[in-house]
Amino acid sequence: MPITYTSGEQIEVYRFSIPVTVGVPLLALFLQAFLPRRFPFFSIFDLPLLVTIFFAMARRNPISGLFTGAAIGLAQDMLGPYPIGIYGIAKTVVGFGASSLGAKLDVENAGARLLVTLGFYLVHQAVYFGVARYMVSLTLHWSWGHDLLAGLANAVVGVVLYFMLDKFKQRT
Amino acid sequence: MESVLGRYRNLIILVGVLFLQVLGLAVQVKRSGDASSTRLIRVWAVDLITPFERGLVWAQNGTSNIWHDYFFLRGVRAENRQLKEKIEQMRLEQVRLNEDATQAHRLQSLLAFKEQFIAKTVPAQVIGSSGSDLSRSIYIDKGENAGLKPDMAVITAGGIVGKVWIVYPSTSLVLMINDQSSGVGALLEKSRLQGVLRGTPDGELILERVMSDEQVAPGETVLSSGGDQIFPKGLPVGTVSRVSPGREMFLSIRVKPAADLNRIEEVLVVAEKQEREPAVAESGTRARAADILAQRLPSVPDKPAVAGTVPLKSAASGVSAPGLGASSKPQANAAGKPGTGTGEVLKKVVQKTAPADSANRGGTDSAASGSTTNSIPSSANPSSANPPAKPATAQPKPANPPANPQPATTDDSPH
Repeated sequence: MPITYTSGEQIEVYRFSIPVTVGVPLLALFLQAFLPRRFPFFSIFDLPLLVTIFFAMARRNPISGLFTGAAIGLAQDMLGPYPIGIYGIAKTVVGFGASSLGAKLDVENAGARLLVTLGFYLVHQAVYFGVARYMVSLTLHWSWGHDLLAGLANAVVGVVLYFMLDKFKQRT
Repeated sequence: MESVLGRYRNLIILVGVLFLQVLGLAVQVKRSGDASSTRLIRVWAVDLITPFERGLVWAQNGTSNIWHDYFFLRGVRAENRQLKEKIEQMRLEQVRLNEDATQAHRLQSLLAFKEQFIAKTVPAQVIGSSGSDLSRSIYIDKGENAGLKPDMAVITAGGIVGKVWIVYPSTSLVLMINDQSSGVGALLEKSRLQGVLRGTPDGELILERVMSDEQVAPGETVLSSGGDQIFPKGLPVGTVSRVSPGREMFLSIRVKPAADLNRIEEVLVVAEKQEREPAVAESGTRARAADILAQRLPSVPDKPAVAGTVPLKSAASGVSAPGLGASSKPQANAAGKPGTGTGEVLKKVVQKTAPADSANRGGTDSAASGSTTNSIPSSANPSSANPPAKPATAQPKPANPPANPQPATTDDSPH
């Protein structure tokens, strides 16, 4: 189904069980911390971001989406060496945006998910870049080539991941 | 009013949540990124994630060990033979290096240098990372319980890795040297130029603060300078890979790290450093700076007047020939054997005392494997306690020099 503008009644809203709500983000954080040491190329992926986008789009509730993004982002910050809040802010924005978009557009098919994930990856990187550079004074270089490539890679992985996570959806 | 709030409810909550996070971030930044202010919530996240990492690493290593230790033993016999041959070669090399080290220690002791020893190391295993490609940090499986503290150096056999950044009860976050917020005092091995090694956002290493009129060649080894008070001096950091003009009047020197920072599995945390004078001075083999310099410059002919002090020094080291007094030996040596000056004499001294010296350094050598260095108390040397009374008693007993490593004839004349 292509991306279409639909009314709220036409879009299905999903919910998830508590184990999935807690376990999937934790698993994403764990894999994100563990796998890059074994497979250095894996650091290009941002599994917590993909999980944030998935939950936000499935629930289609901006409040829920922004809190999901904030929680996952802050947890990711806690594992890193920099001040807490950089990922938190970036993922809050993404969570809010993805759920708002999910409430307006049907993003159930692979093509739509690919584009949405690519777009929100770039939004996430832009917010992170802005906060890290202008609030924390970290030296970051914006590279369109790298970020587009990384966004595409995340989008491809995201599409596969979303179809796997679709199994945990529960209709409201 | 209520309708406005209801209409923009989502947006207001978003702004509120973002504001709170920005506020929290600003507070942390104002405190200069001090991680202790957010320690409690970091502990929660780390305690939630690291047990799984630790378990997975344990299972992975267990499986790997079973396979490699019990099943996949092909070529082990040949490898064992090669390693034994290599050990023999390294032993020969060690003898030579011991001599050099002994001489260096003597010079340092004469100049009252303080040496920094790695007294205690704690081996640790890498169990994870920060999970971001924008920061370069790793988690190790040792923390407060193992005696780790912030700012301890983390090294491998290959070179330095980073420093302990945040310490938790059973894990620690290590900031690697290629993180953009890290800095290491470094120097170039040959030219001895000093600079500051910094990480880049891309995870590369750049040596800064080297003036652009200096000559730096790719391939040159970079060592830690010890100036940062974290990494002991002389540890390998990396090699120069590219040199280009940098900002202002400085060079931009790219450095390839000595340790493979992307694939580290085990590290050593330098838990204790000791600063003390070289132990050689206390082993009874005192040497004069002039003698050591003479050894370093063997082509310089001896002057009889200056060489007059040699026998006393040689006797002090326990190698003077029998029957040679303090006054007769120098002339015989200088006149009869022009080719064998003070340098040659001292070289023999060094060769004969090397085993004792190397034994003294045993504790230092073993420090890298986690043991504590044995300190040698300076008061243990009786020859230095009452020097003026001893010289006369030493003259009749020079016949068995190696057996007497602490000849009472220590020359305590001013150096």
